[in-house]
This record gives sequence, structure tokens and C-alpha cells, in this order.
Amino acid sequence: MSDFNQVVGSIPLNYYILLSTVLFCIGVMGVLIRRNIIVIFMSIELMLNAVNLLFTAFSAYNGDSAGQVFVFFNMVVAAAEISVGLAILVMIFRNIKTIDINQLSKLKW
Amino acid sequence: MQEILNTNTVNPSLLTALILLPLIGFIINFFFGNKLPKSVIGILGSGIILVNFIIVCSFFLGITNGSISESSEINLSKWINVPDASIPFNIPFGFLIDRLSIMMLLIITGIGFLIHVYSIGYMHDDKGYFRFFAYLNLFIFFMQLLVTGSNYLVLFIGWEGVGLCSYLLIGFWFKNQEYNNAAKKAFIMNRIGDLGFLIGLFWVFEQFNSITFSEVFPQAQRMLADGTINSSIMIFITILFFIGATGKSAQLPLFTWLPDAMAGPTPVSALIHAATMVTAGIYLCVRSHVFFALAPFTSDIILYVGLATALFAGTIGIAQNDIKKVLAYSTVSQLGFMFVAVGLGAYSTAMFHLTTHAFFKALMFLGSGSVIHAMGGEQDIRKMGGLKSKMPITFITFWIGCLAISGIAPFAGFFSKDEILAKAFEHNTIVWGLLLLASLITAFYMFRLLFLTFHGSFRGTNDQEHHLHESPATMTFPLIVLGVLSLVGGFIGLPAVFSSNHALNNYLEPVLKDLSILKEGHEELSHSMELTLMAIAMSGALIMLFWCFKKFTKSNAVSMAEPTGFTKVLANKYYVDEIYDAIIVRPFQAISKFLYNIFDKGFIDAMVDATGYIVSVSGNVIRKLQTGNVGFYLFAMTISALILILFNNVLSHFNF
Repeated sequence: MSDFNQVVGSIPLNYYILLSTVLFCIGVMGVLIRRNIIVIFMSIELMLNAVNLLFTAFSAYNGDSAGQVFVFFNMVVAAAEISVGLAILVMIFRNIKTIDINQLSKLKW
Repeated sequence: MQEILNTNTVNPSLLTALILLPLIGFIINFFFGNKLPKSVIGILGSGIILVNFIIVCSFFLGITNGSISESSEINLSKWINVPDASIPFNIPFGFLIDRLSIMMLLIITGIGFLIHVYSIGYMHDDKGYFRFFAYLNLFIFFMQLLVTGSNYLVLFIGWEGVGLCSYLLIGFWFKNQEYNNAAKKAFIMNRIGDLGFLIGLFWVFEQFNSITFSEVFPQAQRMLADGTINSSIMIFITILFFIGATGKSAQLPLFTWLPDAMAGPTPVSALIHAATMVTAGIYLCVRSHVFFALAPFTSDIILYVGLATALFAGTIGIAQNDIKKVLAYSTVSQLGFMFVAVGLGAYSTAMFHLTTHAFFKALMFLGSGSVIHAMGGEQDIRKMGGLKSKMPITFITFWIGCLAISGIAPFAGFFSKDEILAKAFEHNTIVWGLLLLASLITAFYMFRLLFLTFHGSFRGTNDQEHHLHESPATMTFPLIVLGVLSLVGGFIGLPAVFSSNHALNNYLEPVLKDLSILKEGHEELSHSMELTLMAIAMSGALIMLFWCFKKFTKSNAVSMAEPTGFTKVLANKYYVDEIYDAIIVRPFQAISKFLYNIFDKGFIDAMVDATGYIVSVSGNVIRKLQTGNVGFYLFAMTISALILILFNNVLSHFNF
């Protein structure tokens, strides 16, 4: 644990924050701009992992393992979410033969 | 009351059985009655009351031979407990068995049993047979609570419960809207009285810090011993109690529900609206007699209200043609007699008349039920006549009832009514005179009813004449028993001139002995005077008998023509219903209508409508946001999250 903390600590905290922010913004932009649902999912994963990275970094700097434990929860939730999402995606594809979100316009009043 | 002669109270489990059996009967009959055969329902319903009667008899024997104590107070459970308040407020679910409650219980279960048996025959063809017995049992349950409660709150549960049962049974044939209206009228009029009783009850607590009889009455007795009478608070309490009693016991001005209550089946009229429930007001006054002794002012009011009611209802009774209406007005009038006795402070006399009245009025109601049964539902005495040969048992027992209520010796009513008259004479000659007049009026309309119904020739249709028959044994058996009781019931209270042993006075003496303080310096009537009074009353009644015999057995005794003059006023019950309608009901409806149009429609409805309208309009606008485009949703979600974060930053910046 202390080795890990040393390795992590050898890079300044601001770099981590910067990297996470950049990754998160890329994820957000991906979600907003891309129309392929699979790519949107990947962008969402990017956002999640940006957060995970930040968790790990803070955890190491604080010497508190709670943040790292939280990352595991995050991964589990992300895996569950993606499996449900992909299942829905498969059903959508079987029905409308496309995964372009602009074609998914039936979810309304 | 305070010293306990011995410590043997009544058996608590026996008391619990007494209280709960009718409730069990109600539950079985009400919830499973439609699956049970009629014979089971009838036997169950009346059998339970018979068991209760036997239990009460055992109490009665116990208390008269001294094996159970004069007053046993049994708390079956805690109920309302606020021990830590500045004034401890503890009301147990408690019962009091003393001579007075046993006497009431004997009447309730004894006559109740006979009427249950009668109902087996009377209601046999009714679809609501099980419902009827369920309600009757429920009524007995509540009536027992009323008379056995050891505090005013348990009494009040019974008081309200019998009102409920009265409502349910008046509106028993609920498909007839007129009957439903009669039921509602009874309920609402009783509610007016109940409110008075309830406020009085609060005031009792305010004054005595308790509403349990055994805690309240000793305090009141000390006030009596101190000579603190006619204090304003006692006058208010007693007047409020009396308002409650006027509602339940149908006195002026709240009597109009009782004649309408005749819409219910006849056994109900006999049990609830003649023998038991309507006497609850008398019971309340007798139970609280110490209060009334503390407020002679209220006693005078009771005296005059009772007297006015006796005369008022009696005169109306003369001109009624519905057999049950005549009996209903007679009941109101007789209750007036009892209140006169209460007002005179002669509580045992009131209980005496209550008992004999329960016998003969139940008898006559059941007799009239038998007549109505034979006539196929006809209630107009102008269409009857000459029934004596067709239904001899009903005829003979009805004669006994009439002789009893008219006050002809040696029937039951003679002794009790004569006792009231004698007490009135001691008090005031004018009161006596008016009371005698009321008693003669009673004799008049009763014999009119008797002769028109049973003598002369039959005036109904041929179909009805062929249908005439004596009622089945389940109906004649109660008639015979009540007939015997009406014949001999008076001997429990022989006047002093015949016997020095007044059984009823002796029986009730321990309950009422705290009043002996008032009796000092009181002069008894001389025996010759008493005999003279009796002779006057009885000869008057006999004159009425012969007058009615001559007048109403002639072939042209009745005319179907509209009555004229004063008779018309009487036939229309002094227009009391119309007056109430004009001064209370219609203004009330007008106000309601006004409020409905202005306040309800203009304000409350508008508010509710506006709420719905705003929701629907805004929904119409906002739903356009839901385009169905997932990309737009994602965009909205991101932007919203961004706004929330920014908002949070701004807020924390300003240290909100």
C-alpha cells in the first residue's frame, strides 16, 4: 500500500485532476456529439473512469483506502449498467435495424 | 352509599357474559345470518336474551337476599388513563350493579326477551329477518351498557348506541324513502339532546374532577348536606342533562321524532320506542337524582315540561287515526307523567310508572302489531272494527292494556299513575288538576282506539275480512305474559292506604336514601284524602270508558271526512312539524343553498377547479419538451447537471 502511495505521490495531484477533467470533458462531449449508441456508451465509461482515477489519486494522497474501495463499487455498477444497456441496444437493433440515436424518437407522449 | 354492607360483589365473569352475549349474538346474526336458517336465527337471538334475563334474575335474588352487596362496581379494564395530569383523568371501562341498574336490566332483558319471541312470528316473512335480530341484539347490548355503566362515559356509549340502533331499526325497510327520513329525523333530534348531555358531562368533570358515579355523587351529597342548593353550575348541569333526556325520552320540544319513529317494525316500536330506550332519559335523571336534588329550580322546569308534554301529546292522540300513532303519542304523554314524577322528586314513583308503562305499552304495541299483521299491513283504525271475535287473545290482552293505562283498578297503571297524582296533589293542586285531565285524555283516546278497533262492525275490504286470523303462538305468548304483568304489575307498589309495605319503595330505598335529608318536615297525605283522589281519578276513567263505549261502537262512529275546527288542529299535531319546518328546517336549507351557491361553488369549487386547470395547462405546455429524441434528452441531462453544479458553486460562494 505504501509503495503504491509513493508511486502515485511521485506525480503532483494537480496533474491527476487535470487528466481526470480532460477525460471527463471528452466523455461529456462524446455523449453530446456522437450518434452511435455504442460510442455513447464508451464515452460514459470514460466519464466513469475519469472519476475512478480521481478517487484513486485522492485516496492515495490522503492515505485513506475508502476511495479505492469505492472504485470497486463503481466498476461493479458500471459493469451492470453496461450489460443492461447493451441488452437494450441489441433489442433496439433487432427492431429498427440501426443504432443511430436520432432514429430513436418514439419515446415521447 | 359509602359504607359497604358486605364485600361480595357480583361475579365479574357473569357480568362480562351479561354484557357481551348480545354483542356476540349481533356478530353471529349480522355476519353469518344470511346463511343460517330462520329458526336458528330466532332461537339464537331470543335465547341469548333469555340467558341474560336469567343472569339478571340471579343478580336480583342476590341483592334482595343480601348475598351480593348493594352496589358492586367492577372495572373490566382500564380505558382512558391520564394519571400524571394536574387533574388525574382516569376513566375505567367500569360497570355498576346496584338495585336501580338491576331493575332496569330486568325490564330490558325481560321485555326484550318477550319481544324477541314475538318478532319470530311477526318478522317471519321478511327478507331482512337476520338483520332484524342482529339489530335487536345490538340494541340490547347498548341498552345494557347504558344502565350498567359505572361512569357517565360508559353510559354515554350506551346512550349513543341505542340511538344508532333506533336509527337502524326505524329505517329498517330502507327502500321506503319516507321511512329513511323518519330515521334521520329521529337521529338528528336525538343529536340535539345528546349535545346537551355531552356538554353537561364536561361540566360535571369541571365541577367534580371525575365522571365516575362513585366519586361524583358523594361530593354532590356533601354539597346537599351543606345546603348548597341551586348553585348556578348545578342548575346548568341538570338543565343540560334534562335537554339530553328530552331528546331521548321525547319531551317538549324534541318529541316529534317519536311518532315518526313508528315507521319501524312494530316490535321495534314496542321495545325501543315504548318500553326501554325512551325511558333512558328517566334513568339518567334517577341515576343523577342527587344533582337534581341540588337544583330544585331545574326540577320545577322538569315538572312543567313533563306536564305540558303529557297534555300536549295526549290531546294530539285524540285525533290520530293510525293505530301506532295513537300509541306513540300516548307514549310521549306517559313519559311526560314520568318526568312529572322526576320533577316532583319522587324518583321511585317515576321508576314505578316506568315499569308498569313498559308492561302495558309493550303489550299494546305488540297487540297493535298483531292487529296490523291480521289486517295485512293496514294501520288506519277507521278501516278496522269488530276484530274481537276474530282474534280473541289479542282482544282480551288489549283490553287489559287499555284498562291498565287508563288507570282503572286493579290494573298496573292505576297504582303507578295514582301515585304520581298523589305526589302532584301534595305539591300543588293545579298541577294535580292538569295531570288528572291528561290522565282522563289518556283514558279517552285509549278507549276510542280499543272500541274502534275491536268493537262495532268491520269497516275494511272483503279481502281483509277473509284474511283476518289470530296470530301464531310466538306472537300470542308474549301478549299473554305481558297481559298478566299488566294485570298484577301494580302490586309491587301498593299505596299506603292499602298496605304499609310498598315493595318498590323498599327495593329502591338503598339507592335513593341519600334524599331522606329532603324529606324532613314533609307531610304525608291522609288516607281519606288519598282514597278520595283515587276515587276521583278512577271514576273519571270509568266515565271515559262508558262515554267511549257509547260513542265509538255505533255503526256511524267514524267518518272519513276531513276533520274541521280544533279537531283539524289536533289531527295535524298542532302543526308542530310544520312550525319546525318553517322556523328551523327551511331557513337552514336556505342558508345551505346560499352557501352552496356562493361559497361552495364560487370559492371552494373554484379553488379545486383552478388547481386542476393549472396542472393540465402547464402539462400541455411542458409535454412538448418530451420530443422523444434521445440525443436531446442526453443534452438536457448534461446541461441540467452543469446548472446544478454551477448553482451549488454560486450558493457556496455566497455562504448560503
